[in-house]
Amino acid sequence: MPAVQETVERVKRIDVDQYRYGFETLIESDKAPKGLSEETVKFISEKKNEPAWMLQWRLEAYRRWLTMQEPTWARVDYPKIDFQDLYYYAAPKPKKTVSSLDEIDPEILKTYEKLGIPLREVAMLEGVEPKPGEEDPARRKIAVDAVFDSVSVATTFKAELKKAGVIFMPISEAIREHPELVQKYLGSVVPTSDNFYATLNSAVFSDGSFVYVPPGVRCPMELSTYFRINERNTGQFERTLIIADKGSYVSYLEGCTAPQRDENQLHAAVVELVALDDAEIKYSTVQNWYPGNSEGKGGIYNFVTKRGDCRGANSKISWTQVETGSAITWKYPSCILRGDNSRGEFYSIAISNGFQQVDSGTKMIHLGKNTSSRIISKGIAAGRSQNTYRGLVTAHRKATGARNFTACDSLLIGDKCGAHTVPYIEAKNSSATFEHEATTSKISEDVLFYCIQRGLSQEEAVGLVVNGFVKDVLQQLPMEFAVEAQKLISISLEGSVG
Amino acid sequence: MMALLEVKDLKVRVEEREILHGLTLTVNEGEVHAIMGPNGSGKSTLSHVIAGKPGYEVTDGQILFKGEDLLEMEPDERAAKGVFLAFQYPVEIPGVATMNFLRTALNAQRKARGESEYSTPDFLKKVREVSKSLNIPQDMLKRGVNVGFSGGEKKRNEVLQMALFEPSLCILDEMDSGLDIDALRIAADGVNALRSPKRSMVVITHYQRLLNYIVPDVVHVMSRGRVVKSGGKELALELEASGYAQFEAA
Repeated sequence: MPAVQETVERVKRIDVDQYRYGFETLIESDKAPKGLSEETVKFISEKKNEPAWMLQWRLEAYRRWLTMQEPTWARVDYPKIDFQDLYYYAAPKPKKTVSSLDEIDPEILKTYEKLGIPLREVAMLEGVEPKPGEEDPARRKIAVDAVFDSVSVATTFKAELKKAGVIFMPISEAIREHPELVQKYLGSVVPTSDNFYATLNSAVFSDGSFVYVPPGVRCPMELSTYFRINERNTGQFERTLIIADKGSYVSYLEGCTAPQRDENQLHAAVVELVALDDAEIKYSTVQNWYPGNSEGKGGIYNFVTKRGDCRGANSKISWTQVETGSAITWKYPSCILRGDNSRGEFYSIAISNGFQQVDSGTKMIHLGKNTSSRIISKGIAAGRSQNTYRGLVTAHRKATGARNFTACDSLLIGDKCGAHTVPYIEAKNSSATFEHEATTSKISEDVLFYCIQRGLSQEEAVGLVVNGFVKDVLQQLPMEFAVEAQKLISISLEGSVG
Repeated sequence: MMALLEVKDLKVRVEEREILHGLTLTVNEGEVHAIMGPNGSGKSTLSHVIAGKPGYEVTDGQILFKGEDLLEMEPDERAAKGVFLAFQYPVEIPGVATMNFLRTALNAQRKARGESEYSTPDFLKKVREVSKSLNIPQDMLKRGVNVGFSGGEKKRNEVLQMALFEPSLCILDEMDSGLDIDALRIAADGVNALRSPKRSMVVITHYQRLLNYIVPDVVHVMSRGRVVKSGGKELALELEASGYAQFEAA
């Protein structure tokens, strides 16, 4: 059987059981009543002991949301979501504040262990082993602010970060402890009125991360949060806010997996980044939520709004994403290049298989002078999936000397999937230089056969070719994540070739 | 002498059209066989079927390799057992460094044979040795597999793999195509260095020219999907003088 045909055959046989991370943890949870109303919003705010201004902010968003329509322009197709049939808040039962890992529910720790997440105390204190040969005497460390369902259950490395003056905590805590920062920046990049899902998030967000890096500080470690959806029919509404003050630098890593589900789960996160003068933020994501079973049943609906504001001169924001999961992905991490000489980057690998639908890309909005941006997007479609790159590059009238380079490559595996590229380019001043390159190719029988003739199995051959295809983007990931991402790509491809 | 490869009355179809009409060929251990013939005589089909390329349907006959039924094996199993095909047009694999490719392939073969995988230092040492003997610069190994390689570099990369994987059967499919005389000589020297009493080769070519450099023990002439004549190396010279026309009529 020709290799590609065989791939297609094997894709047909993908089963729920093959989703390696599809398991559930049995923990009682503390739920808000089903459905969405002002009462739900108040319930969440109360659960979080929020100040009155925060409740007010949420209620305004909720009222706004009531007047909005779900967007329909994306190339995704799914049954209508009944927003009254969802839970909007769930917290793990053991709600004591934790001061050490011993106090965390062993069930939760076991879950992390299955995921291979180094939450064990030893691993945390030791940080992550550098690769052999790497010259890094002070081992690089990852601070893990673990989000389990909606409440952060463990925060590590707090002391070291505190010494550097970096604030890294659940956003629910930041609202209480640093209200001046939260009030100043929350909603300043993604306003509550921004779009249907962002507005919904503003009303009901449960938790997420807050990071503030003070002027001139280089954050001493990579910050990392692991999200996990674990409550049946619970929408997960994360809210993340990262502020890099003048001349500071921070690298933030986010990775997620989720257990399998029969019913679809809604996820609508909002991430806001603010980079002031000369500051740099690097935001990396590895996303592996449950994509649904072989009939396209189940899987996460992932409607995310991620946006960075290069507010200061010479600031830089870089998004890197590896998207392999979710039934529906609707996600456009963007940069507003407001400061003069600011720079935005978007590096993306989006893999779709089975019945997955991905509509993802970026927006680079050039407002300041001499701003530059770079977009490298790699889409891989297998099975019966649809994979769309949608991007907007725009230069304002006053954005003289704006420059953009865009390269969108798509790779097709089999003949039942689709890859689409939808670039929008608007230059409102004549000094802008925009370059756009796009390619679409099919994984070639000849290339696969060459590899197999050299002793690789079909699966290894596909993995090798795909990893070569995405290499430019993988290189952008912090070292710890590059290894995880490579594994994840292999796992996703295990699904595609048996 | 022991037969390494036995092709018996092989009939092969591609999309309903029969290409090989009962081909028989025996290659003993340590022998170098040349297969010559005009375009469309089925030479490349034979090499692809032996290596297990998809898209060919074997309707009759048998291929034994070291006494085992080769047609029952997956192509990667055949590679691990020692079947190596040097491609006429080696493919490019962007983003995959040649060094990484070589190591992945070698270790996959070793694993399939139940042997231990090479450690990084051992592997590097081996690659350096072999590439030096083939005049392959280290820089070439860092580039993507065959990406931006000249015709000569691509063929040398094939010979490099042959030397690394140490197969017992090497099939060289039109190795001379696209090579100038100097490049051909370098590649042929590499192949000759790999000749051994334990290794057999099947050299597929249009032209006698290549056989000046890789001198065969046996020459076969293929026409219309069959071996129509076999003989010693002098048969190649004879063909060069008289052409394939005499066999076409047969």
